[in-house]
Amino acid sequence: MHADPIGVLTGAHFIDGDHACSEGAIAAGCRFVAGYPITPSTEVVERIAERFPFVGGVFIQMEDEIASSIAIQGAVWGGKKAMTVTSGPGFSLMMEHIGLAAMTETPCVFVDVQRAGPSTGLPTMPAQGDMMQARWGSHGDYQIIAIVPNSPQECFDLTIHAFNLSERYRVPVMMMMDECVGHMIERVVIPSADKIEVHNRKVYDGPKESYRAFETGRDLVPSMVKAGDGYRIHVTGLTHDEKGYPDMSVSAQGKLVQRLMDKIRIHTDDIVMYKEEDVEGADVVVVSFGITSRTAIPAIEQAKAKGLKVGHLRLVVVWPFPEKRIRELAGKVKSIVVPELNMGQIVYEVERCAAGKCNVVSVPHAGGTVHQPKDIFAAIEKSLRGT
Amino acid sequence: MPRNEIKIGGFGGQGVILSGYILGRAASIYDSKYATMIQAFGPEARGSACSAQLIISDEPITYPYIVAPNVMVLMSQEAYSKFSPELAPGGILLTEEDLVATHNLRADVRHFSIPATRIAEELGKRLVLNIVMLGFATALTNLVGRDAARNAVKVSVPKGTEELNFAAFEKGYEYGLQLREKAPEKTFA
Amino acid sequence: MPEELYDIETTIPSNPIEEFLRMDRMPHIWCPGCGIGTTVNCFVRALQTSGLDLDKVAVVSGIGCTGRVAGYMNLDSFHTTHGRAIPFATGLKLANPELKVVVYSGDGDLTAIGGNHFIHAARRNMDLTVILINNMIYGMTGGQAAPTTPVGATASTTPHGNFEETFNLPFLAESCGAVYVARWTAHHVRHLTKSIKEALAKKGFSFVEILAPCPTLYSRRNKLGDGLDQMEFYRDNSEIKNGADTKTVTLDFQGKITVGKFVDKERPTYIEAMNQHYQKKYGERYVPSDEMRKHFHA
Repeated sequence: MHADPIGVLTGAHFIDGDHACSEGAIAAGCRFVAGYPITPSTEVVERIAERFPFVGGVFIQMEDEIASSIAIQGAVWGGKKAMTVTSGPGFSLMMEHIGLAAMTETPCVFVDVQRAGPSTGLPTMPAQGDMMQARWGSHGDYQIIAIVPNSPQECFDLTIHAFNLSERYRVPVMMMMDECVGHMIERVVIPSADKIEVHNRKVYDGPKESYRAFETGRDLVPSMVKAGDGYRIHVTGLTHDEKGYPDMSVSAQGKLVQRLMDKIRIHTDDIVMYKEEDVEGADVVVVSFGITSRTAIPAIEQAKAKGLKVGHLRLVVVWPFPEKRIRELAGKVKSIVVPELNMGQIVYEVERCAAGKCNVVSVPHAGGTVHQPKDIFAAIEKSLRGT
Repeated sequence: MPRNEIKIGGFGGQGVILSGYILGRAASIYDSKYATMIQAFGPEARGSACSAQLIISDEPITYPYIVAPNVMVLMSQEAYSKFSPELAPGGILLTEEDLVATHNLRADVRHFSIPATRIAEELGKRLVLNIVMLGFATALTNLVGRDAARNAVKVSVPKGTEELNFAAFEKGYEYGLQLREKAPEKTFA
Repeated sequence: MPEELYDIETTIPSNPIEEFLRMDRMPHIWCPGCGIGTTVNCFVRALQTSGLDLDKVAVVSGIGCTGRVAGYMNLDSFHTTHGRAIPFATGLKLANPELKVVVYSGDGDLTAIGGNHFIHAARRNMDLTVILINNMIYGMTGGQAAPTTPVGATASTTPHGNFEETFNLPFLAESCGAVYVARWTAHHVRHLTKSIKEALAKKGFSFVEILAPCPTLYSRRNKLGDGLDQMEFYRDNSEIKNGADTKTVTLDFQGKITVGKFVDKERPTYIEAMNQHYQKKYGERYVPSDEMRKHFHA
C-alpha cells in the first residue's frame, strides 16, 4: 500500500530531525498523537500540532507522559495509527504502557529523543543512554523493536518504517533518536506518496461468532478489529487467552508470553537492519548506531589511512539485536569496538554474542556531546594490542 | 570543495539563526552540496551572544559539530570576543563594520567588513541586516552560488518581504564582490 | 427421577440482563454483599433504555475490583492500567467520536493514581461518562486506605485510624468543569439507573459517583456489619438533595450521605470546541478526520 498523498510534503526540505520525524509519521498514516512537552523532543509535537488540522489528524497535549502513552493506545483501538513523543524523563514515565502495548499487542510508536541522564541530566544535549531501557524498561518479559536514525533523512524514512513494523507485528516500536540528530538540520527528501510503502495492520473481517481476538496463524501475529465494529472485543493487560479473556493460569501465562517473544524472534531476520562497510577481511569492526555511527567514520578513515583493516557495522535496528551476524563476525575478526553515548550498554549485547571469540572494546561517553573521533581511533588501535 | 565549517554569531534578534539556515538551505537544496546545521539550544542559547553552526561540503558530512570554523560571520562585539579565537588558521572573518571592532586580530585571519546595519537602514528596514551579511558572505566565499542563495532567501523569508530581502542580499553581495576583486589573495573558502 | 426435571432451561428463565454480560466469564470475582454488581445491573438497565447502539458503546476500566467491570460487559471493553482508564478512553473517543465511551472504575483508581487524568478530563470537558464506584477502600489489594477513606475509619494501612482528609468527589468534579455530576448509593437503584441514563445522554464530561459496600474489607474491619447492613445504612442515612451545592456534600465516617443530581449544565465539549475552533479559523482548509466529520453530520 502507498501513503495517503494528503499528508505527504513531497520535495526537498532543509529541516531538523524532529520535524522530519513528524513528517515521517504523517506520511506513514499516523493520525493521532498525544504528547507532553519535553526538550529535545518538543519540536516533533509542535510540528504535528501545526500540521494535523490540515491532514485529518488529532493532536492532544496530555497532562503528562503517562497519559500520552496510553491515550495513543486508546486511539489505536479506535482505528488510528498513533504515536507519542518524549525524551528520557518522560520515557521513564511511559514504561508501564510500553508493557501494556506489548501485552495487548497494540501497534504504536514511541519516539524518544535521547538526552543525557540520569534524571534531569543535560536536557539540551545528546546521549544514547536509553537503549537498554527501550528494551527492558517495562516489567516482565516481552519484545519490542527499536530503531536508531543517524540523520534527519532517516528520521523521516525510519519513522515510516517504525509504523510499518509496528503494524506488521503489532508491537510497540521505539524510534531512538538523540538530541543531536533531533536538532540537526539537513536536507530531507520526501518522495511522492506513491513511492512511500505503507503497511497497515491485518484486519479481521470474518464472522463475528468465530472471532478470537488473539488467535494467530503461523506468523504468530493476530489480526485486529477496532472498537465499534460490533465484535465486542475485550482487551486486558492481564494474562489472557486467545479470546482476550483473563486467564490466571500458569499455562496461559506460559503460552501468551512465549508467543509474544516468539512473534518477534521468528521474524528477527526480517526485522534486523544494519549497514556494513568493509567488514569482509577486517581485523577490527566498529559496531555503532545513531549519531555515533557518524562520529565513528572519521576515526575509521584515520585508522585505514594508517593501514589498519577496519570495517564498520552500523545498527539501524538495535532491537531485536542482530545476534547471528555479530556471532559470525566475532569468529572472523580480532576485535569489535563499540562506541556509544552511554557508559556501555549495547557493548554488553556485543560481548554476549562475541562469547569470548574476539576482543570487545567499549568506548563509553557520558553524553552531553558526541565522541571525538580521536577517542574512537585510539580504541581501534588499542583493541588490536595483544590480539 | 572540502569540509567548510561556518560559524555565524551575533545577538538575539539579528536573525543569526535564519541567516545560517538560509545558507545551509542554499547549499543543500539549491546547490546540491551537503549541509548540516546545528542549533544551540537551552538557556545558553537565550543569552546575548547567539550562534549558528553550519558545515557545508561536497561530501556527506559525518562528524556533525564544527571543530575549527574556517568562515566566521560576526555581527556583535560580544560574538567577536567570544568566537573569533576559534577561527581556523587562515580563516575568513566577516564582520559588521559598525558593530564589531576587530582589535587583537590574528595576522593569519583574512578579514572583511561591511556596514550592514547602515545599508539595511538605507533600505528602510534594519531587520534585513542579516540578509545583507548573507549576500556579503556569498560574495566573499565559495560556499554557495549567488542563485542558490537568492532562491533560499526567497523561500525562507516572510511572504511579502521577498523584494526587500533580495535588495538587501544584492547590496551585500555587490559590496562583497568589490572587496573580493581588490583582495590580494585570490583563493576563497 | 424423570430427566425433564433437570432441564434447567425450562425451570430457570434467563435473566434479561444476560445479553449485556459475558456470561461465559461468570461467576464474577466480587464478594457476596459487594455493591459493584448492583451498579452494573443499573448500568445495564440504563443502557437498555438509552437507545444507544450497543455496538458503539465501549467500556474502559482501570485496575481494582471495579476495574473488572469492563471484563464482564458484553461490549467493546478495555481493562487498562491502574489509574489510566481516562486517558485511554480519551484516545479512543478522539479516534472515533461515534463511540459512547464509558469509564467505569473505582475511587482509588480514578482519584488517587488517576487523579491527574480525572481533573484534566473534566477541565477539557472530554466527551466521556465516568462512573466511579466509591467503596472507600482499596478492595482488590486487601483494604488499604484510599483518598476516600473517611477520617476515623480504619484500613490496613491506617491500622490506628485514618486522619487524612478525603476528597469530596462531586465538588472536585464540578470545580474542574464536569457538566453532569451526581451521587447515589447502591441502595438507590432506580435513581441511579436514571442518573446513569442521563449521564450517558449528556455531551461532555459526565460523572456519577456511587457509594457501594465493601463488606469484606471496609465494613468488617470497621465493624459495620455485612453488605446488607451497609445497604440499610445507606437507606436510613441518605438524603436526596438535587441541586445541592457540591461544597456541602462531604462524606464523613458513617455520617449523613447527601445524594442526588448536583450539576447538569452545558458548555462546549472538547470535541465540539476543537472542531468549532478549527472550522472558524480555517474554514475549508480544516480537514477533520473521517470519523469526526461523520460524527458532526450525524
